[in-house]
Amino acid sequence: MAYSIVESCVSCHACSMVCPTNAIYQAEAHFMVDKKKCTECEGDYADSQCASICPIEGAILNGAHQIANPAGSLTGIPLERLEAALAEIQAR
Amino acid sequence: MELNVLGQSEQTESGCASGSCGSNDDQMSHLSEEIRQKVFNHPCYSEEAHHHFARMHVAVAPACNIQCHYCNRKYDCSNESRPGVVSELLSPDQAVKKVMAVAAEIPQMTVLGIAGPGDPLANPERTFDTFRQLSEKAPDIKLCVSTNGLSLPEHVDELCKHNIDHVTMTINTVDPEIGAEIYPWVYWKNRRIKGVKGAKILIEQQQKGLEMLVERGVLVKVNSVMIPGVNDEHLKEVSKIVKQKGAFLHNVMPLIAEAEHGTFYGVMGQRGPTNEELMELQDSCSGDMNMMRHCRQCRADAVGLLGEDRGEEFAMDKVEMMDIDYEAAMVKRKKIHDAIEADLEAKRKAPNEVLVSLAGLKKKETRPVLMAIATTGGGVINQHFGHATEFLIYEASPTDVRFVSHRKVELYCAGNDDDGVPILQRIIETLKGCEAVLCSKVGFEPWSMLEEAGIQPNGEHAMEPIEEAVAAVYKEMVESGQLDDEAATEQQLASA
Repeated sequence: MAYSIVESCVSCHACSMVCPTNAIYQAEAHFMVDKKKCTECEGDYADSQCASICPIEGAILNGAHQIANPAGSLTGIPLERLEAALAEIQAR
Repeated sequence: MELNVLGQSEQTESGCASGSCGSNDDQMSHLSEEIRQKVFNHPCYSEEAHHHFARMHVAVAPACNIQCHYCNRKYDCSNESRPGVVSELLSPDQAVKKVMAVAAEIPQMTVLGIAGPGDPLANPERTFDTFRQLSEKAPDIKLCVSTNGLSLPEHVDELCKHNIDHVTMTINTVDPEIGAEIYPWVYWKNRRIKGVKGAKILIEQQQKGLEMLVERGVLVKVNSVMIPGVNDEHLKEVSKIVKQKGAFLHNVMPLIAEAEHGTFYGVMGQRGPTNEELMELQDSCSGDMNMMRHCRQCRADAVGLLGEDRGEEFAMDKVEMMDIDYEAAMVKRKKIHDAIEADLEAKRKAPNEVLVSLAGLKKKETRPVLMAIATTGGGVINQHFGHATEFLIYEASPTDVRFVSHRKVELYCAGNDDDGVPILQRIIETLKGCEAVLCSKVGFEPWSMLEEAGIQPNGEHAMEPIEEAVAAVYKEMVESGQLDDEAATEQQLASA
């Protein structure tokens, strides 16, 4: 099992600096997790480090391919407010 | 009695009274000579140095360890740059090359800052590698760093090893409950900590970091973002505390929040302060603190002197091609710096003979008046009303004239006639509270609209030093009796 990073990653480097097994590397489009190296921080930390510092909701998936930080969990913006704001901007 | 430009009474020996000297600013005039020596050529610390020296930032620090509600991490840190800006991320080697290329080409560039795009101290290797190389290869460049303070205590000693004499720290609160409304989480000791608990850790680290820097003689400037209804009243207390602990300047900046930035505050409709609210808070903090009034929240990645952006010339691909002889550049830089310093020094020592005296004023109790000034710099009124993209706001009273803020406006003479009147209305709205606007010239249409709005246009002081002109206009106002007519004052307030 290993974590993974998807395309919403903004390449801020934060996860790569805190990964205890140096499993995270910079790739062309965004950062990636080396599945062979990722231990999900087992034995090192209680919380997986990449998912604990990543500022972008949805950018990191856990070993079960679930979103580690769902929408609203980091910014505190309620989903309906975000959708309303997006709709309002598009209508301009 | 001589006109007292605020703060001058404490340092009359330096004779600084001319409108174009480097220390006429509110924030500079209170500083001790030792601190002034350290910051006089730093463009961020004085309105006037801004016109002679330049600074640049390099984006080497992408990661952040906290989330602020005014920031969207898809962009650069919005405290240090305008929201929605994305800088080209540089490696430390690239950054060093770029800085030396700019320093060789623009000798006025005296200061290099690292401010992001995340938090510099959350990227200690990249940040310190850049500082280490620059303090070796370009010792004539001052280095500064901005931080949210979370990782400051653990890096203070490393910071002190380099050529860093000032640190900017953003402190928006000293109360964890308020902190929880500004910072949803912090990353601390390998955990993401949310809410009040996270904010409490951040506040403790900031205060500890501030104390450690002051102990080691590093200058600390504190930035605060004014968020109406969240920390606006509280910032007065913040100002008191950081000054007690030894911060040398406090810069209160307005929150910028738009839905399109995708920030918490933007999406949730949190408003920023009005010009008047900002000024009022800066005024109530200034009794406790040297306040910084001229910060334009400029783009952190801009390269060049005030108002110019030469970033294009120094794109990384172009810099890689450049062959820089920094030894020769340093000689040239020294010459130019000396010339600018001599020029500023001469102005500082200029006799005070041109100062307007308000001694003749009989009515000592007249109320203060705000005036808007159109200037392109140099401490003189030298800009056409229609060419101004910002106005400097001065307050005149029977005892002094002081710079209080700047207000950005849209360009009136933008060449499109259809837009003229609505733009003019918005400019007048921005200048609310001012009773005169001093510029080199002003057109017929704006003249009558300004007059109607109770803002007297005045083009009679073109090319005169700002403080003297403001004092002269104030004197005229007092003598004509227009300031003692309460009815007129009320009418003024109502129409403004």
